[in-house]
Amino acid sequence: MIPLTHILFVSTALFFIGMYGLFTRRNIISMLMAIELILNSININFIAFNKYLFPDKLDGVFFTLFIITIAAAEAAVAIAIIINLYRSHKSINVEDAEEMKF
Amino acid sequence: MSCFILGTGILAVTTSKIFRSAIYLLFSLIGIAGLYFWMQMEFIAAVQIVVYAGGIVVIIIFSIFLTEHSGKEMRRPVKSRKVFSSLAVLSGFALTYLLINQNTFKANSTVGGEVSVANIGSQMLSTTEHGYILPFEVVSMLLLAAMIGCIVIASSSNSLKGGHDNKKNVRKNLQKDNMPGQAFAVKEPLEFNESVSGNSGETL
Repeated sequence: MIPLTHILFVSTALFFIGMYGLFTRRNIISMLMAIELILNSININFIAFNKYLFPDKLDGVFFTLFIITIAAAEAAVAIAIIINLYRSHKSINVEDAEEMKF
Repeated sequence: MSCFILGTGILAVTTSKIFRSAIYLLFSLIGIAGLYFWMQMEFIAAVQIVVYAGGIVVIIIFSIFLTEHSGKEMRRPVKSRKVFSSLAVLSGFALTYLLINQNTFKANSTVGGEVSVANIGSQMLSTTEHGYILPFEVVSMLLLAAMIGCIVIASSSNSLKGGHDNKKNVRKNLQKDNMPGQAFAVKEPLEFNESVSGNSGETL
Protein backbone atom coordinates (compact mmCIF):
# COMPACT_ATOMS: atom_id res chain seq x y z
CA MET A 1 0.00 0.00 0.00
CA ILE A 2 1.62 3.24 -1.04
CA PRO A 3 1.41 6.09 1.48
CA LEU A 4 -1.23 8.78 1.41
CA THR A 5 1.22 11.56 0.62
CA HIS A 6 1.91 10.13 -2.82
CA ILE A 7 -1.73 10.35 -3.77
CA LEU A 8 -1.86 13.85 -2.33
CA PHE A 9 1.16 14.68 -4.49
CA VAL A 10 -0.73 13.56 -7.60
CA SER A 11 -3.84 15.53 -6.71
CA THR A 12 -1.85 18.66 -5.81
CA ALA A 13 0.06 18.48 -9.08
CA LEU A 14 -3.18 18.04 -11.01
CA PHE A 15 -4.71 21.02 -9.21
CA PHE A 16 -1.81 23.27 -10.13
CA ILE A 17 -1.75 22.00 -13.72
CA GLY A 18 -5.38 23.10 -13.89
CA MET A 19 -4.46 26.46 -12.38
CA TYR A 20 -1.74 26.89 -15.01
CA GLY A 21 -4.23 26.16 -17.77
CA LEU A 22 -6.69 28.61 -16.25
CA PHE A 23 -4.02 31.33 -16.12
CA THR A 24 -2.52 30.92 -19.57
CA ARG A 25 -5.42 29.93 -21.81
CA ARG A 26 -7.70 32.58 -23.22
CA ASN A 27 -10.21 30.28 -24.89
CA ILE A 28 -13.35 29.67 -22.85
CA ILE A 29 -13.59 25.97 -23.67
CA SER A 30 -9.95 25.44 -22.67
CA MET A 31 -10.57 27.26 -19.41
CA LEU A 32 -13.57 25.00 -18.82
CA MET A 33 -11.34 21.96 -19.33
CA ALA A 34 -8.85 23.35 -16.80
CA ILE A 35 -11.70 23.73 -14.29
CA GLU A 36 -12.62 20.09 -14.87
CA LEU A 37 -9.04 19.10 -14.02
CA ILE A 38 -9.21 21.10 -10.77
CA LEU A 39 -12.51 19.48 -9.77
CA ASN A 40 -11.05 16.06 -10.46
CA SER A 41 -8.06 16.71 -8.25
CA ILE A 42 -10.44 17.61 -5.43
CA ASN A 43 -12.35 14.39 -6.02
CA ILE A 44 -9.12 12.41 -5.75
CA ASN A 45 -8.44 14.13 -2.43
CA PHE A 46 -11.86 13.25 -1.02
CA ILE A 47 -11.61 9.63 -2.09
CA ALA A 48 -8.06 9.25 -0.79
CA PHE A 49 -8.87 10.72 2.62
CA ASN A 50 -11.96 8.57 2.87
CA LYS A 51 -10.00 5.47 1.94
CA TYR A 52 -6.95 6.04 4.10
CA LEU A 53 -8.13 7.95 7.17
CA PHE A 54 -11.80 7.05 7.62
CA PRO A 55 -12.32 3.67 6.01
CA ASP A 56 -15.46 3.00 8.07
CA LYS A 57 -17.36 6.03 6.82
CA LEU A 58 -18.79 6.98 3.46
CA ASP A 59 -18.84 10.78 3.58
CA GLY A 60 -16.05 11.32 1.07
CA VAL A 61 -17.90 9.15 -1.43
CA PHE A 62 -21.00 11.30 -1.07
CA PHE A 63 -19.06 14.52 -1.45
CA THR A 64 -17.44 13.13 -4.60
CA LEU A 65 -20.79 12.11 -6.02
CA PHE A 66 -22.27 15.54 -5.40
CA ILE A 67 -19.21 17.28 -6.86
CA ILE A 68 -19.47 15.15 -10.01
CA THR A 69 -23.17 15.99 -10.31
CA ILE A 70 -22.61 19.72 -9.88
CA ALA A 71 -19.68 19.61 -12.32
CA ALA A 72 -21.94 18.02 -14.94
CA ALA A 73 -24.59 20.71 -14.43
CA GLU A 74 -21.94 23.42 -14.51
CA ALA A 75 -20.42 22.13 -17.75
CA ALA A 76 -23.83 21.95 -19.40
CA VAL A 77 -24.76 25.52 -18.43
CA ALA A 78 -21.30 26.78 -19.41
CA ILE A 79 -21.55 25.23 -22.84
CA ALA A 80 -25.01 26.70 -23.41
CA ILE A 81 -23.57 30.12 -22.53
CA ILE A 82 -20.54 29.53 -24.79
CA ILE A 83 -22.74 28.65 -27.78
CA ASN A 84 -24.85 31.72 -27.15
CA LEU A 85 -21.71 33.88 -26.89
CA TYR A 86 -20.37 32.43 -30.13
CA ARG A 87 -23.57 33.29 -31.93
CA SER A 88 -23.44 36.92 -30.84
CA HIS A 89 -19.67 37.55 -30.96
CA LYS A 90 -18.37 35.00 -33.52
CA SER A 91 -15.57 34.18 -31.10
CA ILE A 92 -15.03 32.31 -27.85
CA ASN A 93 -12.02 34.25 -26.70
CA VAL A 94 -12.47 35.96 -23.35
CA GLU A 95 -10.76 39.10 -24.57
CA ASP A 96 -13.37 39.56 -27.29
CA ALA A 97 -16.24 39.67 -24.81
CA GLU A 98 -15.56 42.77 -22.77
CA GLU A 99 -18.77 44.76 -22.92
CA MET A 100 -19.24 44.58 -19.17
CA LYS A 101 -15.63 45.35 -18.35
CA PHE A 102 -15.29 48.38 -16.12
CA MET B 1 -0.75 5.47 -13.39
CA SER B 2 -0.05 8.80 -11.80
CA CYS B 3 2.60 9.57 -14.44
CA PHE B 4 -0.07 8.90 -17.05
CA ILE B 5 -2.57 11.21 -15.33
CA LEU B 6 -0.09 14.04 -14.86
CA GLY B 7 1.47 13.72 -18.32
CA THR B 8 -1.83 13.83 -20.15
CA GLY B 9 -2.99 16.63 -17.85
CA ILE B 10 0.05 18.73 -18.73
CA LEU B 11 -0.45 18.00 -22.43
CA ALA B 12 -4.11 18.97 -22.11
CA VAL B 13 -3.27 22.45 -20.87
CA THR B 14 -0.24 23.08 -23.08
CA THR B 15 -1.07 21.70 -26.51
CA SER B 16 -1.98 24.32 -29.05
CA LYS B 17 -4.82 22.57 -30.83
CA ILE B 18 -8.05 22.59 -28.88
CA PHE B 19 -9.32 19.25 -30.17
CA ARG B 20 -6.14 17.48 -29.06
CA SER B 21 -6.51 19.20 -25.73
CA ALA B 22 -9.97 17.67 -25.30
CA ILE B 23 -8.66 14.21 -26.18
CA TYR B 24 -5.81 14.51 -23.68
CA LEU B 25 -8.34 15.60 -21.07
CA LEU B 26 -10.31 12.45 -21.84
CA PHE B 27 -7.24 10.28 -21.23
CA SER B 28 -6.48 12.09 -18.00
CA LEU B 29 -10.03 11.51 -16.73
CA ILE B 30 -9.84 7.83 -17.62
CA GLY B 31 -6.55 7.63 -15.72
CA ILE B 32 -8.26 9.13 -12.68
CA ALA B 33 -10.96 6.47 -12.98
CA GLY B 34 -8.18 3.89 -12.96
CA LEU B 35 -6.87 5.45 -9.76
CA TYR B 36 -10.33 5.01 -8.20
CA PHE B 37 -10.36 1.38 -9.30
CA TRP B 38 -6.98 0.94 -7.67
CA MET B 39 -8.37 2.37 -4.42
CA GLN B 40 -11.25 -0.14 -4.60
CA MET B 41 -13.94 2.49 -5.12
CA GLU B 42 -15.57 0.77 -8.06
CA PHE B 43 -18.82 2.72 -7.95
CA ILE B 44 -17.04 6.08 -8.03
CA ALA B 45 -14.84 4.86 -10.88
CA ALA B 46 -17.89 3.80 -12.86
CA VAL B 47 -19.60 7.14 -12.21
CA GLN B 48 -16.41 8.93 -13.24
CA ILE B 49 -16.19 7.06 -16.54
CA VAL B 50 -19.89 7.46 -17.30
CA VAL B 51 -20.33 11.10 -16.34
CA TYR B 52 -16.96 12.59 -17.21
CA ALA B 53 -15.66 10.50 -20.09
CA GLY B 54 -19.09 9.74 -21.48
CA GLY B 55 -20.88 12.99 -20.80
CA ILE B 56 -18.77 16.04 -20.17
CA VAL B 57 -16.00 15.33 -22.67
CA VAL B 58 -18.61 14.54 -25.31
CA ILE B 59 -20.40 17.87 -24.84
CA ILE B 60 -17.04 19.66 -24.80
CA ILE B 61 -16.14 18.04 -28.13
CA PHE B 62 -19.58 18.89 -29.52
CA SER B 63 -19.18 22.51 -28.54
CA ILE B 64 -15.70 22.59 -30.08
CA PHE B 65 -17.22 21.35 -33.32
CA LEU B 66 -19.98 23.93 -33.12
CA THR B 67 -17.76 26.89 -32.40
CA GLU B 68 -14.38 26.34 -34.00
CA HIS B 69 -12.47 24.62 -36.74
CA SER B 70 -10.80 21.73 -34.98
CA GLY B 71 -7.49 21.94 -36.82
CA LYS B 72 -6.98 25.63 -36.23
CA GLU B 73 -4.20 26.70 -33.94
CA MET B 74 -5.18 28.66 -30.89
CA ARG B 75 -3.77 32.06 -30.12
CA ARG B 76 -0.46 31.57 -28.35
CA PRO B 77 -0.35 32.91 -24.81
CA VAL B 78 1.86 35.90 -24.13
CA LYS B 79 5.37 34.97 -23.04
CA SER B 80 5.35 37.06 -19.86
CA ARG B 81 2.01 35.60 -18.79
CA LYS B 82 3.36 32.11 -19.34
CA VAL B 83 6.45 32.80 -17.24
CA PHE B 84 4.56 34.45 -14.41
CA SER B 85 1.83 31.85 -14.22
CA SER B 86 4.31 28.98 -14.22
CA LEU B 87 6.27 30.71 -11.46
CA ALA B 88 3.11 31.22 -9.42
CA VAL B 89 1.99 27.65 -9.98
CA LEU B 90 5.37 26.20 -9.08
CA SER B 91 5.66 28.22 -5.88
CA GLY B 92 2.11 27.31 -4.90
CA PHE B 93 2.82 23.66 -5.54
CA ALA B 94 6.04 23.80 -3.50
CA LEU B 95 4.24 25.44 -0.57
CA THR B 96 1.38 22.94 -0.61
CA TYR B 97 3.65 19.95 -0.89
CA LEU B 98 5.78 21.24 1.98
CA LEU B 99 2.65 21.42 4.14
CA ILE B 100 1.61 17.92 3.09
CA ASN B 101 5.03 16.53 3.94
CA GLN B 102 5.12 18.14 7.37
CA ASN B 103 1.72 16.86 8.37
CA THR B 104 1.40 13.35 9.67
CA PHE B 105 -1.87 11.72 8.78
CA LYS B 106 -3.24 9.31 11.32
CA ALA B 107 -5.87 6.81 10.41
CA ASN B 108 -8.84 7.10 12.73
CA SER B 109 -9.89 3.51 12.44
CA THR B 110 -8.29 0.54 10.85
CA VAL B 111 -11.50 -1.39 10.41
CA GLY B 112 -12.43 -1.12 6.81
CA GLY B 113 -16.11 -0.67 6.22
CA GLU B 114 -17.49 -2.03 3.00
CA VAL B 115 -18.02 0.54 0.25
CA SER B 116 -20.74 -1.27 -1.62
CA VAL B 117 -23.49 0.21 -3.71
CA ALA B 118 -26.07 -0.99 -1.18
CA ASN B 119 -24.37 0.91 1.64
CA ILE B 120 -24.06 4.03 -0.47
CA GLY B 121 -27.71 3.88 -1.46
CA SER B 122 -29.06 3.24 2.02
CA GLN B 123 -27.03 6.05 3.55
CA MET B 124 -27.84 8.46 0.75
CA LEU B 125 -31.57 8.05 1.14
CA SER B 126 -31.78 7.73 4.91
CA THR B 127 -33.37 10.49 6.96
CA THR B 128 -31.41 9.86 10.15
CA GLU B 129 -28.57 11.97 11.44
CA HIS B 130 -25.96 10.83 8.93
CA GLY B 131 -28.32 10.58 6.00
CA TYR B 132 -27.87 12.56 2.83
CA ILE B 133 -31.48 12.87 1.72
CA LEU B 134 -31.56 16.69 1.89
CA PRO B 135 -28.49 17.26 -0.34
CA PHE B 136 -29.85 14.59 -2.66
CA GLU B 137 -33.11 16.48 -3.13
CA VAL B 138 -31.32 19.81 -3.44
CA VAL B 139 -29.07 18.38 -6.14
CA SER B 140 -32.05 17.00 -8.01
CA MET B 141 -33.64 20.46 -7.98
CA LEU B 142 -30.32 21.91 -9.17
CA LEU B 143 -30.20 19.48 -12.08
CA LEU B 144 -33.75 20.37 -13.08
CA ALA B 145 -32.96 24.08 -12.91
CA ALA B 146 -29.76 23.59 -14.93
CA MET B 147 -31.62 21.64 -17.60
CA ILE B 148 -34.34 24.26 -17.97
CA GLY B 149 -31.75 27.02 -17.90
CA CYS B 150 -29.71 25.37 -20.64
CA ILE B 151 -32.73 25.04 -22.89
CA VAL B 152 -33.74 28.66 -22.30
CA ILE B 153 -30.22 30.02 -22.84
CA ALA B 154 -29.49 27.95 -25.92
CA SER B 155 -32.80 28.66 -27.63
CA SER B 156 -33.28 32.36 -26.84
CA SER B 157 -30.30 33.41 -28.94
CA ASN B 158 -32.32 33.80 -32.14
CA SER B 159 -34.19 36.69 -30.63
CA LEU B 160 -30.87 38.27 -29.70
CA LYS B 161 -29.35 37.90 -33.13
CA GLY B 162 -32.20 39.10 -35.31
CA GLY B 163 -32.62 42.78 -34.60
CA HIS B 164 -36.42 42.75 -35.03
CA ASP B 165 -38.53 43.12 -31.99
CA ASN B 166 -41.31 41.11 -33.48
CA LYS B 167 -42.74 39.14 -30.59
CA LYS B 168 -44.59 36.70 -32.77
CA ASN B 169 -41.43 35.88 -34.64
CA VAL B 170 -39.56 35.32 -31.42
CA ARG B 171 -42.22 33.04 -30.07
CA LYS B 172 -42.26 31.04 -33.26
CA ASN B 173 -38.51 30.66 -33.10
CA LEU B 174 -38.75 29.58 -29.50
CA GLN B 175 -41.26 26.90 -30.31
CA LYS B 176 -39.28 25.77 -33.28
CA ASP B 177 -36.07 25.63 -31.33
CA ASN B 178 -37.42 23.67 -28.43
CA MET B 179 -35.60 20.58 -29.65
CA PRO B 180 -32.27 21.75 -31.06
CA GLY B 181 -29.32 19.42 -31.25
CA GLN B 182 -27.41 21.01 -28.44
CA ALA B 183 -30.33 20.76 -26.06
CA PHE B 184 -30.19 17.03 -26.52
CA ALA B 185 -26.47 16.99 -25.99
CA VAL B 186 -26.93 19.05 -22.89
CA LYS B 187 -29.78 17.05 -21.48
CA GLU B 188 -28.22 13.66 -21.90
CA PRO B 189 -25.58 13.61 -19.12
CA LEU B 190 -27.92 15.25 -16.66
CA GLU B 191 -30.59 12.64 -17.05
CA PHE B 192 -28.05 9.90 -16.91
CA ASN B 193 -26.62 11.30 -13.76
CA GLU B 194 -30.01 11.26 -12.13
CA SER B 195 -30.59 7.72 -13.22
CA VAL B 196 -27.24 6.75 -11.70
CA SER B 197 -28.25 8.28 -8.40
CA GLY B 198 -31.63 6.63 -8.69
CA ASN B 199 -30.09 3.26 -9.30
CA SER B 200 -28.11 3.48 -6.12
CA GLY B 201 -31.35 4.07 -4.31
CA GLU B 202 -33.14 1.19 -5.91
CA THR B 203 -30.75 -1.37 -4.55
CA LEU B 204 -32.10 -0.86 -1.05
